[in-house]
Amino acid sequence: MKTDKGPATFGHKHLLGIEQLAAEDITLIMETADSFKEISTRTIKKVPALRGKTVINLFYEPSTRTRTSFEIAEKRLSADSINIAVSTSAVVKGESLKDTVKTLMAMQPDIIVMRHQNGGAPHFLTQIVDASVINAGDGIHEHPTQALLDLFTIIEKKQAVKGLVVTIAGDIAHSRVARSNILCLAKMGATVRVAGPPTMIPAGIQKMGARVFHRFEEACQDADVVMMLRLQTERQAEGLFSTLREYNRLWGLSARMLRYAKKDAIVMHPGPMNRGVEIDPEIADGSRSVILDQVENGIAVRMAVLYLLSGGTGDITE
Amino acid sequence: MLVIRGGRVLDPAGGTDRVQNILVDKGKVVRTISPRTQIPREFRGADEIDASGRLVVPGLIDIHVHLREPGHEYKETIATGCAAAAAGGITAVVCMPNTEPPNDNASVTEFMIQKARAHGGVIVHPAGAISAGQKGETLAEMGDMKAAGAVAFTDDGRPVMNAGLMRCALEYAGGLGMPIISHCEDLALKGRGQMNEGANSTRFGLRPIPPQVEEIMVARDIALCELTGARLHLAHVSAEASLRHIRAAKKRRIRVTAETAPHYLWLDDGAVANYDTNTKVNPPLRSQSDVEALRRALRDGTIDAIATDHAPHSPVEKEVEFEVASPGMIGLETSLGLVLRLVNENVITLKRAIALMTSGPARAMGLPGGTLSPGADANVTIIDLDREWTVDPASFASKSRNTPFAGWQLRGRAAATVVRGKVVYRDGI
Ligand SMILES: [Zn+2]
Ligand SMILES: [Zn+2]
Repeated sequence: MKTDKGPATFGHKHLLGIEQLAAEDITLIMETADSFKEISTRTIKKVPALRGKTVINLFYEPSTRTRTSFEIAEKRLSADSINIAVSTSAVVKGESLKDTVKTLMAMQPDIIVMRHQNGGAPHFLTQIVDASVINAGDGIHEHPTQALLDLFTIIEKKQAVKGLVVTIAGDIAHSRVARSNILCLAKMGATVRVAGPPTMIPAGIQKMGARVFHRFEEACQDADVVMMLRLQTERQAEGLFSTLREYNRLWGLSARMLRYAKKDAIVMHPGPMNRGVEIDPEIADGSRSVILDQVENGIAVRMAVLYLLSGGTGDITE
Repeated sequence: MLVIRGGRVLDPAGGTDRVQNILVDKGKVVRTISPRTQIPREFRGADEIDASGRLVVPGLIDIHVHLREPGHEYKETIATGCAAAAAGGITAVVCMPNTEPPNDNASVTEFMIQKARAHGGVIVHPAGAISAGQKGETLAEMGDMKAAGAVAFTDDGRPVMNAGLMRCALEYAGGLGMPIISHCEDLALKGRGQMNEGANSTRFGLRPIPPQVEEIMVARDIALCELTGARLHLAHVSAEASLRHIRAAKKRRIRVTAETAPHYLWLDDGAVANYDTNTKVNPPLRSQSDVEALRRALRDGTIDAIATDHAPHSPVEKEVEFEVASPGMIGLETSLGLVLRLVNENVITLKRAIALMTSGPARAMGLPGGTLSPGADANVTIIDLDREWTVDPASFASKSRNTPFAGWQLRGRAAATVVRGKVVYRDGI
């Protein structure tokens, strides 16, 4: 019997992006992740929450970090997980996503975690499968679990997110991490700034809830959080920046730049880092950096998402 | 012999809008007469179509169609494309050369015309390629293709990126008295773009295509048109920015004409929201302000013709990720309904709508027809303006189903399509 104030349930079948989530959904994920983080401090880190469930990690782009994080999360929840990477699947032979996925459906997965190079690919996936779909990054569109783990880390360090000033710097135009973070932070009441050369700022980003800065110093002024994005060096050939040296001087996070931010500002990076390009090594490894916390929190947040999408409630002890 | 009796005859080019009987013999319009005038003796006993309560207009002409044959018959054939055109009230089409092999020589041109004749439906006017193999390197044999029946030249499907070659193409075609159709797209600026640039492309995480991709080539080709004095026709104009150049060029009496497609008049880039690959088209769906600018351009004459850019694709090209999908949508069977919807919503007058689908395209391509004057080919479209229907791709005559208009409720559709005096499509009349 459920009481009026029974544990909250997650009203979504898929996690395609932050765009589809309401603030309450995000709060529920944070609370659930909190409980899972506590579990990961125990000697036995496994819970039976997803026992008997099959999760497929379908990765069309190599990503050791995200795939490993999901895999650990699935194992800790006792799910049967299967990894399919582009290099080991039929995809290389030109098989379509639809055909690949139809084959996978024979394994009767409950959840498919997909990383794909094309924006909207997970949305397409939901039209051809019955399973729940988790977007583990689609092209330059969204990377919702990254934004959720970033939010979790910010709350952990700053107690609350509402009212904080968060600066996201780098190639906003080609960053799914930036898009998901902007949406997530704006929904949770933070002030979001984006910073980068105009070649890296996409049209209409203000409509997603961010203010645009073209000078890094101004963007960092009194910020509570400075989040750096990985620079894809191939953007040089596309004309988005001149040289790595100049990029580092204008847009690299250095000790000098960080002085513009608040004294207790934290530094984040989704990884993998280009040390000496978008972030100086002493900052990456310094006391303000929470980069390793992000990695650790990724597991708890992904456990929460997997758990809630499988019908779990906010109360994981039940 | 055929008598089309009692319909409201609207012929914008001939200046007619009244109830008339049309007398047809040997595939030609003999004359139109008042319903009070007796039918001449020689026409008694002729076949009759009772068009009373219907609108009778010159046969609709669609000057931008991809029939896919030869080479991509799994998407469409000349026969299925012609059947789709007839069902849409269209009596003649100009078909694009990006087939396999491409229509870059007289034998392919002849093949297309032969196939269409064998089907015996709507008239197919092939457009030949500008460059050999549509590679943008050397000129195709335009003279031979003209002799075989080509009506214009274009590398449609891709732009002619080399301005030097485009200049030569305009001069060479101009010497033959033929128009060049330009697919305006600067590929370098487009890059890997997937949809119109704006807040929506940012939100959907799809690489942007700014309207300047089109505008730059429109401006370039108008400049080359002025330089060469040749005839230039601009295909599928989608952007407000392009219209400014076209308007100015027309004011200066440069010989440029332009078409747009129904989808640019009804959909904006918000339609991409669900990554529906049927909304992926080249040029891309633009902003609402572009839609409104195009509607104004229909009224003020900046746009001469509405053409579909009917681009059939199979599930192989469309049931895939948005970025992987081929661009294009079919349009032959929805074009008239969507244009009449512009009339129903008072965007344009009925007369202007018909002109944009008859005399306007005929003039742009230098084709006969587009009028019901005595002596003209008896290409006639009979329209039931009150007929309400729902767009159902499953019922299409086309081999393909890729339309974003499925489920749209439309009012007005073809009741009969007559080509050279022969009824090639009939529905409820
Ligand atoms: Zn084209
Ligand atoms: Zn085309």
